[in-house]
Amino acid sequence: MSVPTTQRPTGTETATGRLGDITLLPDGIPKVTGDFAYSSDLWMDDMLWGVTLRSPHPRARVRSIDIGAALATAGVTAVLTHEDVPGSKYYGLEIADQPVLAVDEVRYTGEPVAIVAADHPETARRAAAKIVVDYEVLDPITDSRAAMSPDSPLVHATPTQDHYPGGGNILRHVRIRRGDPTLTADVVVTGEYDVGMQDQAFLGPESGLAVPAEDGGVDLFIATQWLHVDQRQVAESLGLPEDKVRLSLAGVGGAFGAREDVSMQIHACLLALRTNKPIKMVYSREESFYGHVHRHPATMRYEHGANRDGTLVYVKCEVVLDGGAYASSSPAVVSNAASFAVGPYNCDNVLIDGYILYTNNPPCGAMRGFGAVQVCFGHESQMDKLAAALGIDPVELRIHNAMAEGSLMPTGQVVEGAAPVAELLRRVKDAPLPAAAPTDSYDLRALPGGVSNTTHGEGVRRGVGYAVGFKNVGYSEGFDDFSTARVRLEVVGGELVATVHTAAAEVGQGLITVMAQIARTELGVEQVINQPADTSIGTAGSTSASRQTYCTGGAVQAACEAVRDGILAMASARGLSVEGAALRDGKIVAADGAAVASVADLLGEEIVEETREFHHRPTEPLTRDLGAPGDIGQGAAHLQFAFAAHRVVADVDVELGLVRLVEVTTAQDVGKALNPLSVVGQIQGGTTQGIGLALMEEIQVKDGKIRNPSFTDYLIPTILDTPPMQVQVLELGDPHAPYGLRGVGEPPTISSTPAVVSALRAATGRPLTRVPVRPEHITGT
Amino acid sequence: MTGRPTSSHITLRVNGAARQLDVDNRTTLLDALREHLGLAGAKKGCDHGQCGACTVLLDGRRANACLLFAVAVQHVAITTIEGLADNGTLHPMQHAFVEFDGFQCGYCTPGQICSSVAMLDEVAAGWPSAVTGDVAATEIVLDAAEIRERMSGNICRCGAYLNIVAAIQEVAP
Repeated sequence: MSVPTTQRPTGTETATGRLGDITLLPDGIPKVTGDFAYSSDLWMDDMLWGVTLRSPHPRARVRSIDIGAALATAGVTAVLTHEDVPGSKYYGLEIADQPVLAVDEVRYTGEPVAIVAADHPETARRAAAKIVVDYEVLDPITDSRAAMSPDSPLVHATPTQDHYPGGGNILRHVRIRRGDPTLTADVVVTGEYDVGMQDQAFLGPESGLAVPAEDGGVDLFIATQWLHVDQRQVAESLGLPEDKVRLSLAGVGGAFGAREDVSMQIHACLLALRTNKPIKMVYSREESFYGHVHRHPATMRYEHGANRDGTLVYVKCEVVLDGGAYASSSPAVVSNAASFAVGPYNCDNVLIDGYILYTNNPPCGAMRGFGAVQVCFGHESQMDKLAAALGIDPVELRIHNAMAEGSLMPTGQVVEGAAPVAELLRRVKDAPLPAAAPTDSYDLRALPGGVSNTTHGEGVRRGVGYAVGFKNVGYSEGFDDFSTARVRLEVVGGELVATVHTAAAEVGQGLITVMAQIARTELGVEQVINQPADTSIGTAGSTSASRQTYCTGGAVQAACEAVRDGILAMASARGLSVEGAALRDGKIVAADGAAVASVADLLGEEIVEETREFHHRPTEPLTRDLGAPGDIGQGAAHLQFAFAAHRVVADVDVELGLVRLVEVTTAQDVGKALNPLSVVGQIQGGTTQGIGLALMEEIQVKDGKIRNPSFTDYLIPTILDTPPMQVQVLELGDPHAPYGLRGVGEPPTISSTPAVVSALRAATGRPLTRVPVRPEHITGT
Repeated sequence: MTGRPTSSHITLRVNGAARQLDVDNRTTLLDALREHLGLAGAKKGCDHGQCGACTVLLDGRRANACLLFAVAVQHVAITTIEGLADNGTLHPMQHAFVEFDGFQCGYCTPGQICSSVAMLDEVAAGWPSAVTGDVAATEIVLDAAEIRERMSGNICRCGAYLNIVAAIQEVAP
């Protein structure tokens, strides 16, 4: 196999630190010296550049495609259309409904239509512009609620693929019914809430390098979240067996869900096999906004009924998610939205309908906290509204209804292990508040808007808001979610070295650090090498759903235990007594603490290597509505729940519509903090992305077209927008999980958004039913 | 379009070495570094001067390499992230970013580090910022508010900002 010349192994450097230690990242040094090779940095001297021609229309029939002028351009080596896709012309994470290249119809603006390979990216772009596509432009279907109507035209007129049995444009409808939702209550509050389309906006754009191989296959170096699901889709579309499509993880410049779907993977491989040259593809920032799925925009209708003492009697919720043109992970997203629609509260009577729609808007899929983020804004807004209607403190109302260990989900699932909803809320409420803003003087620099504020601060009000949320960890609804790890122990240059190999994608969250900590702890070694992730080993599953430390951590632990057993068996075969012994500091240590032997001496030239899979506990699909009476949408669909709460203090200029976050306080149960450094980093970063959704981040889609595909117009939080944070980490331990850990990455993104809006409501007295909140929502103008 | 050359033979002084290259006149400094000189440390996050991931130093001053033509910067000493370490010894700012966990994916990090190194020099030279209380003062107190104001041109999507402030405070005199 040929290897790109600038491809350096990433994450193979060693560090120190055992489980629970604050451990610096082993890939930290190359990341601060510029040596770390991201997918966009790969280079081979004989490579060509690939570019993509995309549809300018959200919905159109493709009558013909003329590639003649493009192909005749000097420097162009190949121009491919759907006719050149040798295998499956459709791909998809769950449902293969997305064309590799448009076949007879385009369904969203930016849909790939043709691809070009040339000796320079500008040559390729100019050639792509010469491709003549004859479109019959159709009226796009862009309103998700209108798309639900039986009279609506269909986004997929001839659904040849395996659609969910929704009918029409409904990709999936999740119904949850439990108890008696016909009840009445003393106090009833209703509300409608909207969530805009958020973008993951990772800084490292979609990119990779496909290298044709002598065996007729291809080697792809790629930034992704799940090597094996990419491999499957690429192989199917190339018409090759999976062993001829080999993927290696290149450096990943952020992911946040957007790298779960295939972007340029199949295209680069098609061009590489056609030209027999390495193909590099790198999306521009604008193209990146079209090149990956986004967070689903949502419209939600809620009705909460409660007794005078605040006890929830019933909750009704209808959530409609716009899935855009293709399915991506939409079926799982709507399942989450329905599961978590009530929030982490006890309520015996629920009626929930989650719909996810096909439209001609940009496809939506995975983003940090998916499904739970949208409904958390809904249920937390409702809890604030209910508290106001009852005259009860909003935190006390939440605590009064808080889920706890043994509570039932709307799906009937028993919440096992710690569910410290009340404690998390108390902690953020009891944390000291920042000093009040001075009333007798003002410092322009401290006002919302800073020195750009044109007032003397007369309109500035301070608000404090709270929210709590939760989400599932790992894949749900019966999916066999597992990871694979290989661990080798040997003596190299007189020193004991453990090598850990998985296909798990390190995307910046610190997984390789944790894997090394596990090996160091379990095997009693100092030196641990993380072998680069690739498809030469079994799948690790996706770096998503806050699952990787749980699943791949569990696999590394299992492989380490097998290696340890191998070492102990060697010792036993040599007549040593190793009953109950462990490996520590390079030695076999007996149960009584006495050193039995040096592991290095025992091993000599021998190598002990073991591969293990870790499958998490099985989950169940939700029961479907079969027309029978009784509860539906029931089942233990989720593996584990993770909880977080936020308090936000905000200064709001109610005349100018400007916001300054003063401070954020958050508390989260992580079960066990394997690397406390990365845990806090995840909580700060996730909170910041939630702040972005609350205050500024929205892809503006009008008539099926993205109007703001740049960082000038799509704003993400800067260092100035990020307030000081108090982070409280609880380690309550989950007895079912490896080391008692609980997934960390998503919960902070879920409750930070509604907490910000709650603070703005407190400051302004306005209902603020939509995120992101814009200045005109604050001023009411 | 009368026969003017569209490409140039230029010399760039990068990280202490004179590097000769032939470039299309429209080549940005960022592309020249990444695609002609094999220096991929400066990152292309937006190519429009919006994200700061391509920040390099020109005679010690920070600049977005994506907004400069390579042919126009032959007169200055260019320092990239690859040139900050001294014979394998990390620059104190590089060390602090590792020590204070000032990144996650690391894609913005070369730009953050170059930017913060030059920022400290700006402060030392007495350049006020929008949040400097007394713009006439000869000495600037580099508190967190000053750091945040002065580093707001470098986006970190992972949201490691609080640790970036801490890392810079560690290195600041």
